[in-house]
Amino acid sequence: MTEVTPDKETRGGEPPTAAPPPASPPDNGWRKEYWSRNLRLMVILLAVWFVVSFGFGILLVEPLNNIVIAGFPLGFWFAQQGSIYVFVVLIFVYAKMMDRLDNQFGVDEQETEGAGK
Amino acid sequence: MSQIQIWTLVFIVGSFAVYLYIAWRSRVKETAGFYVAGQGIPTIANGAAVAADWMSAASFISMAGLIAFLGSDGTIYLMGWTGGYVLLALLIAPYLRKWGKFTVPEFVGDRYSETVRTIAAVAAIIISFTYVVGQMRGGGIVFSRFLKLDVTQGVILAAVIIGLYAVLGGMKGITWTQVAQYTVLIVAYLIPAFAVAQQMTGIPIPQVSFGQILDELNAISVEMGLNQYTEAFAARPQIDVFLVTMALMIGTAGLPHVIVRFYTTKTVRGARYSAFWALFFIALLYTTAPAVGAFTKLNLLQDVNGVSADALPSWIENWAATGLVTVSDGATTINTVSNSPTSGADLIVNNDILVLASPEIAGLPAPIVGLVAAGGMAAAMSTAAGLLLVISSSFSHDLYFRRVKRDSTDKQRLLAGRIAMGLAVLIAIYAGINPPAFVAQVVAFAFGLAASTFFPAIVLGIFWKRCNATGAAAGMVSGLVFTATYMIYTLPVFGTAANPHIFDISPEGIGTIGAIVNFVVTIVVSKMTAPPPDEIVEMVESIRYPATRREVTAGTAAD
Repeated sequence: MTEVTPDKETRGGEPPTAAPPPASPPDNGWRKEYWSRNLRLMVILLAVWFVVSFGFGILLVEPLNNIVIAGFPLGFWFAQQGSIYVFVVLIFVYAKMMDRLDNQFGVDEQETEGAGK
Repeated sequence: MSQIQIWTLVFIVGSFAVYLYIAWRSRVKETAGFYVAGQGIPTIANGAAVAADWMSAASFISMAGLIAFLGSDGTIYLMGWTGGYVLLALLIAPYLRKWGKFTVPEFVGDRYSETVRTIAAVAAIIISFTYVVGQMRGGGIVFSRFLKLDVTQGVILAAVIIGLYAVLGGMKGITWTQVAQYTVLIVAYLIPAFAVAQQMTGIPIPQVSFGQILDELNAISVEMGLNQYTEAFAARPQIDVFLVTMALMIGTAGLPHVIVRFYTTKTVRGARYSAFWALFFIALLYTTAPAVGAFTKLNLLQDVNGVSADALPSWIENWAATGLVTVSDGATTINTVSNSPTSGADLIVNNDILVLASPEIAGLPAPIVGLVAAGGMAAAMSTAAGLLLVISSSFSHDLYFRRVKRDSTDKQRLLAGRIAMGLAVLIAIYAGINPPAFVAQVVAFAFGLAASTFFPAIVLGIFWKRCNATGAAAGMVSGLVFTATYMIYTLPVFGTAANPHIFDISPEGIGTIGAIVNFVVTIVVSKMTAPPPDEIVEMVESIRYPATRREVTAGTAAD
């Protein structure tokens, strides 16, 4: 079976006469840079994920429960409401930041392609 | 027929008709359509489908009830079943979408070896099967309470409908019906929740207003022999809450029927946004559930506190017929309430009925009760369909055509997929009618197994190029054996004695330790054996970038 490697995909907007990128580009510096920025973003977001859910919702729930806002003990609120809101925001931030990263490095997809595969 | 029965019938027949119409519109002709919907599902629709796929009968019917009785420690389900999507979005979904094939076992097969693929396919079938049985049972409860139908007939009816659209439309049919089912189930969940919130606090947004009743709920709970509602770690020790939450999160991220949904988007970018929309849609229900739990519990306790046994509200009598509510013999007035049959409390209420009975307990009109019934069916059916697809694809695509018959045309593969789906439906009907005694406990197995087998293998496969087949196989087997051994040791499932928990770790939480065992064994064994071949390293490299690099103006790439 053949692997679908990025180099085999065709791009709609690319003129066919332009020199095709070599199968294995000699300069792969951008790949390292792209990947390490991806990893950095990932680690930051996962740190937030851990602090809000396991930190506020479980490890620190008892001290936080001494603070009551709108009827909710704060630790209880993080555990049953707040953490879920944060999860949603985290994924949104990730998707947005990755859009930017892909764009910067020229590895973004055009929305139309992939549909006819 | 009562008002409630008529409305239930209207909503259930109406929603079933919609599902069948959609199924007919989206029937497929080739395997890519059958397994991954031709990778042509728009992002928001895919998000809704993931949400419906994910939110099972357990989420819709049981969860708020579980939380109502667990109180603060209900957190394990709320965070555990949502936090996994962060892991899925950041660590798994975009990369598997880029790699872009049909099944989860196929990924580990390509990344590691055929042996690992076979282990994964068998694990996927076991996990999905245990889950399907629960869905069938959830559907059966809805039918037997609202339509006074025999559970057997109810299960067969639900399974035939699912079977029709799953066999006909495969992933494409399932996806579009799931979008419809999400709509039904979320409307059915939110309307009564908003109505109850308005009724009890004057603020119709349950997420905000249930804070106002917590003091009252704490007081009456203590009065009736229960724990304070907001007190943390009353039901489970802290370490166990931590481990169960983690096990459910990484189990979620490792469940094949969830992962496979991200294969159906058009692009890698689409997979990321699908994960966002999925969790957004899931969060609508998951942030409402604790409010529903709290409101319903307060209503319930106030309804029965100090009431004499022959003057109880009518919903108790309605539900007593299903055996899910019992007034204990010799109780003249209700002074204590519990969800445990062995507690000796005056009134025993099963977790499973709180959501379904909540409109009745709050005295809401019959159409709303009917709508909730249709919502429960939608939740059970959408999840069952997604699971049946995994069973079918693992069996035909990963086992039969890999192990037995390697050359075949697309037509034959599609036919085999359909036959496997049909067989899976038959087995699900049988299991739904005769649920194995250990079903409730077996759900813990599904998550523990997914956490301790799939999650580490997939994540290391993407993020660590040096990880090899021997390491992954050793890791999966040791994670699996470790987790299963502890579960069998602590649960009286297979006729073995229920031994006490070691270090306060419950069998639901052991998957976390199992995953750690898997990670450690995989890393150590990989380091000790030869690195994977170049073409595998090249494959891992290729899935890390969404597309071929286009020409960028010099200098912009590195800024």
